[in-house]
Amino acid sequence: MSDFPVEVAGILPRPNLRSRFAWVRRIGHSKVALLGMAILLFWVLVAILAPWISPFPPNATIRPMASPGAHAPSGAIFWLGTDHLGRDIASRIIWGTRTVLLYAPLATALSFCVGITGGLLAGYRRGWVDDVLSRVTDLVLAFPALVLYIIIISKFGASGVNIVLAVTLASSPAIMRLTRGLVLALRNRAFVAAAQLRGEPAWRIMVVEILPNAAGPLIVDACLRLGYVVITIGTLGFLGLGLPPPDPDWGGMINDTRKFALVFPHMVLFPSLAVCSLVLGFNLLADGLRELVMEE
Amino acid sequence: MLKPSPLVELDGVSIAYRTRAGWVEAVTEVSLDINEGEAVGLVGESGCGKSTLALAILGHLGGRGAVTRGAIRFAGRDLADMKADELRRTRGRGIGMVYQEAMSALNPSMRIGAQLMETLIVHRGVSQTQAREAARAMLHEVKLPDPDRVMAAWPHQLSGGQQQRVVIAMALLPQPRLLLLDEPTTALDVTVEAGIVDLLGTLRRTHNTAMLFISHNLGLVGQICERVAVMYSGELVETGAVADMFARPRHPYTMGLFRCIPRPDLPREAQHLRPIRGQVSAPTERPPGCIFSPRCDHFQAGRCDTGRIPLESVDLDATAKVRCLRWKEIEPPPLDPREDAERVAGEDILLAVTDLDKVYQLRRAGGPVVRANQKLNFRARRGQTLAVVGESGCGKSTLANILMGLTSATSGEIRFEAIDLAHLPVERRPPSLLRDLQMVFQNPDETLNPSYSVGTQIARAVRKLGVSRDRAGVQARVRALLAMTRLPAAFAGRRPRQLSGGQKQRVGIARAFAGSPKIVVADEPVSALDVSVQAAITELLLDIQRRQDTTLVIISHDLGFVRYIADRVVVMYLGQVMEAGTAEQVFSPPYHPYTEALLSAAPTADPAAAQRRIVLTGEMPSAVSPPPGCPFQTRCPRKLGRICETERPPEHVVEGGHRILCHIPPIDLCRVPPVFAAPEPQPIA
Repeated sequence: MSDFPVEVAGILPRPNLRSRFAWVRRIGHSKVALLGMAILLFWVLVAILAPWISPFPPNATIRPMASPGAHAPSGAIFWLGTDHLGRDIASRIIWGTRTVLLYAPLATALSFCVGITGGLLAGYRRGWVDDVLSRVTDLVLAFPALVLYIIIISKFGASGVNIVLAVTLASSPAIMRLTRGLVLALRNRAFVAAAQLRGEPAWRIMVVEILPNAAGPLIVDACLRLGYVVITIGTLGFLGLGLPPPDPDWGGMINDTRKFALVFPHMVLFPSLAVCSLVLGFNLLADGLRELVMEE
Repeated sequence: MLKPSPLVELDGVSIAYRTRAGWVEAVTEVSLDINEGEAVGLVGESGCGKSTLALAILGHLGGRGAVTRGAIRFAGRDLADMKADELRRTRGRGIGMVYQEAMSALNPSMRIGAQLMETLIVHRGVSQTQAREAARAMLHEVKLPDPDRVMAAWPHQLSGGQQQRVVIAMALLPQPRLLLLDEPTTALDVTVEAGIVDLLGTLRRTHNTAMLFISHNLGLVGQICERVAVMYSGELVETGAVADMFARPRHPYTMGLFRCIPRPDLPREAQHLRPIRGQVSAPTERPPGCIFSPRCDHFQAGRCDTGRIPLESVDLDATAKVRCLRWKEIEPPPLDPREDAERVAGEDILLAVTDLDKVYQLRRAGGPVVRANQKLNFRARRGQTLAVVGESGCGKSTLANILMGLTSATSGEIRFEAIDLAHLPVERRPPSLLRDLQMVFQNPDETLNPSYSVGTQIARAVRKLGVSRDRAGVQARVRALLAMTRLPAAFAGRRPRQLSGGQKQRVGIARAFAGSPKIVVADEPVSALDVSVQAAITELLLDIQRRQDTTLVIISHDLGFVRYIADRVVVMYLGQVMEAGTAEQVFSPPYHPYTEALLSAAPTADPAAAQRRIVLTGEMPSAVSPPPGCPFQTRCPRKLGRICETERPPEHVVEGGHRILCHIPPIDLCRVPPVFAAPEPQPIA
């Protein structure tokens, strides 16, 4: 028996943080992330409370071309004015929040499911799997995304589902590349070899051993990508490829009224500001998260 | 006679870093002089403030660090009084710095020549032609063959040893009066390290450059320096002349360090490693009184924990100083022989490697190939330790991967209990085989999955490899494994980043032993750890082996460690076995010339041990185009002639299983004197 003592040395003062994503809790330390969160929270509340806070029904034509602050016949105020058809812009922005906050996260989530699966397979399996997946990725990325959207949506029609599918097709290759890179850096770590040596199946090594360690950068990317998708959905609306009218959609609002922008800038300005602030919220949160992930 | 004024004077220097928790003191009141032309070693575990001190001498602590008390004077001038311009000139012309990682010290997008000339053109204002001439001369001086080729090369085209020589050349070009060397050889192979050590000695004689040599390797410090300063947790705890301190260390920490280092010059029976318990106190956790007290065997309550301990002069001329109240009372512990020294008698062969070949195909079929393993033959016996020794690129890691089934052999066989492992990838291995053959990895930071707690990870291994599958049984086994690796049970709830390197390595060992394996392959299990931790992990492996009768296959380049732990040794060079036998046979004549060179290059922590130095010339040849005949012929100091270049050397069986592959007849090899001349073992420390 050897007699050396247990290596305890009560000098490990760090608290025992139970969460795997302990860094998420430290969001409060980052002012940038907090600001981003505040903006996002504002829009989420707007979407949830739409029926109660919108002063008018979104598609009701009341008084065309009213300036911000003008009064409706009912006595209520058009806070942000009305559009050329007389619909209240504030109400349409409020209801439009629901559209963008439904489809943007949905499309992003689906993109990440596809991208992460492909990236894990390509990075862990290497060989022909990697070759095939990477070539497909290159092919999709070589296409201008906008052309891709136009082809898909004009072929299959403008609907929420088609928007989600189009966005997934266009953005999952980039996510796959990111994931693949992260997996390549992790797959040669000794803990992966240790898992192989105790006979873990490949799917478990990919999902349980490797993926959680790539989570930080992926979460940051998800935030940024949510912002891009908001812009994409806005762009599609602007091109007339968004949700079919008359449902309120920020991009569609800009498109509908751009002819009047010189005379009635408020018709374009306020929906644009809405898109901007939401994207800014996602980007600020992503920046804050990135700092936390880097510290980790 | 008046003492000459020192080149560098550190006068009660304290250095602090700004962190989230406020200012944290990394170095506390260090006073140290370096005279013109003198080499001073700075030793201590990581986190003791050695590198911080070097950066402070450079005046380069960065935005978060600052000298809070005391003064640093270079050639009589206080660095704090210097303006930015003067500081820059002092750094450029007066002080050179050599870092551990040569590759990251070189700009990958500049040719070597341009990088070398840049220093001169900026700091000496010489012309292009003059700079080129000086750079070429300096490359010649650091013994790089063909300086013109090196000048035109990109950093990545040079080997690690060559890169480090370039970095040293770059630091020396402005002819600095002081060279700061921060672990300059840690990333290098032993024979390359020996070359660098040799070079530093020569350069010091020709240029009279003073050196501050930072290292955790006491053996190297003993070879290079005249004076040593030992740092512990930010304080200087002992200084003195090398010969004096190595013969009689006075601070318990210094004594502890010496007893942690396995020595290649002493047989296994003559040394017993005694790890220092615990770990270096974090700057915020320093105890009152003596900073070493939590780890000290000589601690006396009421005496050692009251007030700061002064640095006391030991002799009249104040060259040796020690920061210990009890230094007069404490004797260096006597040599304690190892109680477990006797060999495991079992000659029961568990693993038999026969004619193992591994060829890697580069690019496409028919293109160039790498012969990573060639005709390997050896046996591992039950309950014994087999060490595979060699420098990087010798194929020892390929061998480990074949054993574990992470790659398959090209031909040959590895017989383990009637199974041929050589062509059995890990996915096709039955659970019982997975259980019997496990691995301990080199890098403690990569061995554990950062996402899961220690308990979860061990439990998973128990569930996959152990006997019990029910919850209670698994939990009991996890607790037993933690206890076996001497970790408190509460560690099950911790995450890897809350553990120190040594603790992570213990968890890695616990995980490997989850199913009581018959064979454990350990790839450099201690090389990434601090000396005191190395000793503890070494003892732990031996202890578990003794209790479980495990066969260890250790892959290592550290000959001191190998001599301490191994029963049998296989020496590899360029994918081939050069020598194999019991540890006693391999570590004493007759040697293979390569083994002889390896042994002579191994640093030993006793300057009194008369070690014959052989410094190999040249680089290890590429495995893509190995030399014909004997693989070692291009660097062999005992090369016979034509025959070495044309014919594969024959295998001589010298005595009882001791094999040497060499053209030199065994009779002549037997006449080679031992590398370590000291006949009777000196007491450690």
